[in-house]
Formats: sequence, structure tokens, C-alpha cells
Amino acid sequence: MNYRENENLVAFAPFGLENSWTLDAYRSIGGYQSWQQVLSGELSADDIIDKVKASGLRGRGGAGFPTGLKWSFMPRNAPGQKYIVCNSDESEPGTCHDRDILRYNPHALIEGMAIAGYAMGATVGYNYIRGEFFAEPVPRFESALREAYEAGLLGQNINGSGIDFDLHMFVGAGAYICGEETGLLESLEGKPGRPRFKPPFPANYGLYGKPTTVNNTYTLASVPTILRKGPEWFAALGPEKSGGAAIYSVSGHVEKPGNYELPMGIPFPDLLEICGGIWKGRKLKAVIPGGSSVPVMPGEVIMECNMDYESLREAGSALGTGAVVVMDETTCMVRMLERISRFYYAESCGQCTPCREGTGWLNRVINRVIDGKGRSEDLDMLVEVANKIEGHTICALGDAAAWPVQSFIKHYRHEFAYMIEHGGRSIVEADGKAAA
Amino acid sequence: MNEKTTRTVALSDHAREVIDHWVAKFPEGRQRSAVIEALRVVQHDNKGYLTADLMDAVADYIDVPRIQVYEVAAFYSIFETEPCGEHHISVCTNISCHLRGSQEIVDHIEKKLGVKTGESTPDGKFFLKREEECLAACVNAPMMMIDHVYYEHLTPEKVDDILDKIE
Repeated sequence: MNYRENENLVAFAPFGLENSWTLDAYRSIGGYQSWQQVLSGELSADDIIDKVKASGLRGRGGAGFPTGLKWSFMPRNAPGQKYIVCNSDESEPGTCHDRDILRYNPHALIEGMAIAGYAMGATVGYNYIRGEFFAEPVPRFESALREAYEAGLLGQNINGSGIDFDLHMFVGAGAYICGEETGLLESLEGKPGRPRFKPPFPANYGLYGKPTTVNNTYTLASVPTILRKGPEWFAALGPEKSGGAAIYSVSGHVEKPGNYELPMGIPFPDLLEICGGIWKGRKLKAVIPGGSSVPVMPGEVIMECNMDYESLREAGSALGTGAVVVMDETTCMVRMLERISRFYYAESCGQCTPCREGTGWLNRVINRVIDGKGRSEDLDMLVEVANKIEGHTICALGDAAAWPVQSFIKHYRHEFAYMIEHGGRSIVEADGKAAA
Repeated sequence: MNEKTTRTVALSDHAREVIDHWVAKFPEGRQRSAVIEALRVVQHDNKGYLTADLMDAVADYIDVPRIQVYEVAAFYSIFETEPCGEHHISVCTNISCHLRGSQEIVDHIEKKLGVKTGESTPDGKFFLKREEECLAACVNAPMMMIDHVYYEHLTPEKVDDILDKIE
């Protein structure tokens, strides 16, 4: 496949159009056609869910759960208010494509939320946008929302269809944990974003205790294209079990970092080539393929890998959010892990002891190694602490804190051992590879 | 319920208007959902930080227990509950920015402003808030945020230019 010819086919489709964020631009690529079919009664809720299931769309927020299946869990015909909530609290380190959807194609998200709401019997939606997006993505989304209302696409009894859908925006205030869906719901209720114990799942007990489905921005923004071009078209973009496209946020040591929307399953070497290769003519050392929470992969392993859910899982990591963090040969893996461990320590909400205490231990022990005070038993202790966090907390932040520690030490144990033995000196400095 | 003591501060008309706008987005009786937005506008109007009186005024206006406002102010990183400089500077140093030289940016700003991370300049103009966690601009690293405005592809020279232009 020529991957370059299949770039920007889904949520990035209007990119390149003048003022791509406007209603006119979105309509010029067929935007709101699917929603109009819903409003005119041509597309039923069952049809929508069947098509989303057939497309193979999986949650783009990191977990990769099949979207159509998630939607089918909602008690659609139960009486009472139900909600659709979009998670635009993009904050997984390395991930920055939802910001571009909000800035450059907000109408795809609005249409996707309206369709999702209709399919699940939810007449009210909230889009939870992270607080730091206040200056640019928030006003873009707000103005698109205004346009959609003014064009009669949202509201009560829309165009006499008997269909109601009201969509609101919510702006957070800085907390990674609010990207966890039940933490997000707590935040939306005006509380600290401490995740809830599950079950009950949000489909039964969500926002204000009502049935709620939370989906990621890119997931929802993909729905209009799926319905317009057909689930078969979407599924065929990627390999089996990984339908559609992914937006790879490629950052770090490449010549052309960027957000690239490309078919699922692109071989890593092709993706790297599109990004101009490793910068400064250096060699590839390692890649974190799906945001800081997923296990790191040595360069030679990922060079043999395709970028989709199943291939990366089989290779011992995960597609996660599609955030591809590339590290060249000058990267000190101990310092890299220190920065990652600091993040989870800072962002732990503190309600589960293994995570609250364990993330601090991880960070302090790694810092001890960097400060030249590491002990030979520290590496085993780090792995042991990580193992005691993993699987012992209410939400996945604990697992996300553990996996980098386990994988960095598994693949780069010699770098940690070298630093401990040499009073804090990094192996990359000893090799003369340290970056200027 | 909590005894309402006499307030020495009143919310501005602007703040009330913004809070009313947000309260209207939530179902009847769910006005607690507006606490975050209320604190945001009040902090902004108070030159970048919250006081106990302001938090009490928000709680009383929205009609929620004061503790519910305090816990939100304490939980979220955007809120400051101690006096600090007006313009909040947050330099991301998370992985993608770390790989593209964010440490140099932090060092440069500390030197230029003569303060350490977590401190404000004596004139009250700048607050070098913290080494920020990921702000989702990773492909344009290194980056920083000043009062919610993102500045990307930073170099020390660009930082000088940006800071010098802030009134």
C-alpha cells in the first residue's frame, strides 16, 4: 500500500481546506449528511450501532475497546435521562491529535456526538475539554457549536424530526486523572477527579447517576466518515481487528515530528520514513509506541512491527493513543524513566495506597540512582514496587505507572546498572553518544 | 448547613454573569458542576490566584458547601491558592519536550527572570509555575504555556522575544 496516498482520510479529512473548522468547509466534504439521514428517519439507532460494529472502530483513547459493543451496553430504551460524554481531556504524554481535531475539524466531533447520542438514546451531551486548551481549541469548538445550533442541527425537535439533542462544552482545570472516564464524570459533577470503583459501569451509573457513555474525541469524530463511506471501507483501511486509520502523534527524535493520520497497520519503518527518519543522521534506539503508559520497545523490535492494536500487543506493547515517542542513540534511558515516573507520581489522585505511595517510591529510587547514590538492590526493588502497584488500584493509572518501569528495566537494565556502578554517570555519556 | 459569615468580597458582575452561563448548562440542582468554571473566572479576575474569601463567595453564590469549593481548588493544577505573579508560565518538560531540549528552556527562563521554578518575580509580573506535565503539543516540542496561550518550537531566543512582549 502507498500509505502517503491514504493520508487524512477520516478525522483529518478537511485539513488543507481554507478555514477547515467552519460549517461550510465541513459540509463541502459531506459533513452532516449522516446526521441529516438520522433526522429524516433513514438511519435507525440499530443501523448506526450495527455499522459502527462492522467498521471495527475501537476506542482511540488508549484502551482500544470496540466502540459499537460499548454503545450496545447502553440501556437505550430505559426511561430517564441518558448522556453521551466526549473525553477531550487529552493528556497522555506524547499525545496531541485531539487538540488538532478540536482546532481544525470540530464539526466532525459535533456530528459524531449527535449520532452517538441518538444511537444510545442520549438527548444531552457534554464535551469535556482539558483546561489548558482554553485559549484556542475551546473557542474553536464553542464557535462550531454555535454554528451548528444556528444551522438548526442541534436542539429540541430538530427540524421537526422529533429528535432532541443538546450539546454542551465543559472545560477542565488540569488533572491527568480526569482522562480516566469515571474520574472525568466526577470532574463533570464539579468534584475532584477521583475515579470510581467499577462496577457499576457508566452505562448503568454514569453522570449524575444516569446511564452514560464516554468516548474519546477521535473515536467520535471518526463516526460520521464511517457512516458516509461505509463500514466496509473503513474496516478495509486497516488489518483485521484494527479497522480504520490512526492518528500517529510522532514526537521526539525524528526530522519531521507531526500528527499523521494514516491507515492502521502501517509498518513502523514506513511511518518513520514519512517522518523524515531519525534526526541528525543518528540511529534509532527505542520507541514508546502509544503514549507514556505503554511499555517501551527497543528499536530493532519495533522496526519489525506494524502499527496496529494486535501487532503491537503481540510484540509486548500497545497502540495506546497512537503517540509514538522516538528516541535516538543519545537518549539516557534512566533519565527518561525518571521523567515518566515523576509524571505518574505528580498525577496520582491519591485514593489508592499502592499508587499514591508506590509512585513516589519509584520516582525517589530512580532519582537516587541518578544522584549517584543507587544501590545494587535498587533495580529489583523498582520492579517489585511496580509489580505491587499493577492490578491493585481502582483505575489504570497504577498500571500505567508500573509498565514503563517494568519495560525500561527489562530492556535497558544494563544502563541502570552502569549508572549505579559509576556514581550516577550515564552509559550514553561513557559511550560518547550524549546529545550536545 | 454552614453558617454564612459576612463576606468582605463580592463577586464582580462579570464573574456572576459567567457563573450563571455555566450553571445553566447543567440540570436543576446540579450547580456544583459549575464550580470549576466559577473558580477559573474568579482566579482570572483576581490576577492569577484564589483567596479563601473568593472561594467562599463562589460557594455562597453557587449555593454549595464551601468545602466543596476548597477541595476543587486544591485538586486541580490550574488553581493557585497562594499569592503569585500575574502571568503564569508553565514549561512542559514531559517526555517529548524532554527529548527536544525543554531543560534548556527552563534553565533559560530561570536565569532571565532570576527566579526558580515555583517562584514569582518580585514585581509580581511573572509566576514560573512549574515544570509542566504534558500539554498535548508534543509534535511541536519544546513548548510552554503562558496564561493558556501555547508557544511552540521554542528556542531561548524565541523565549526572550515572547517574554519581552508581555505587558
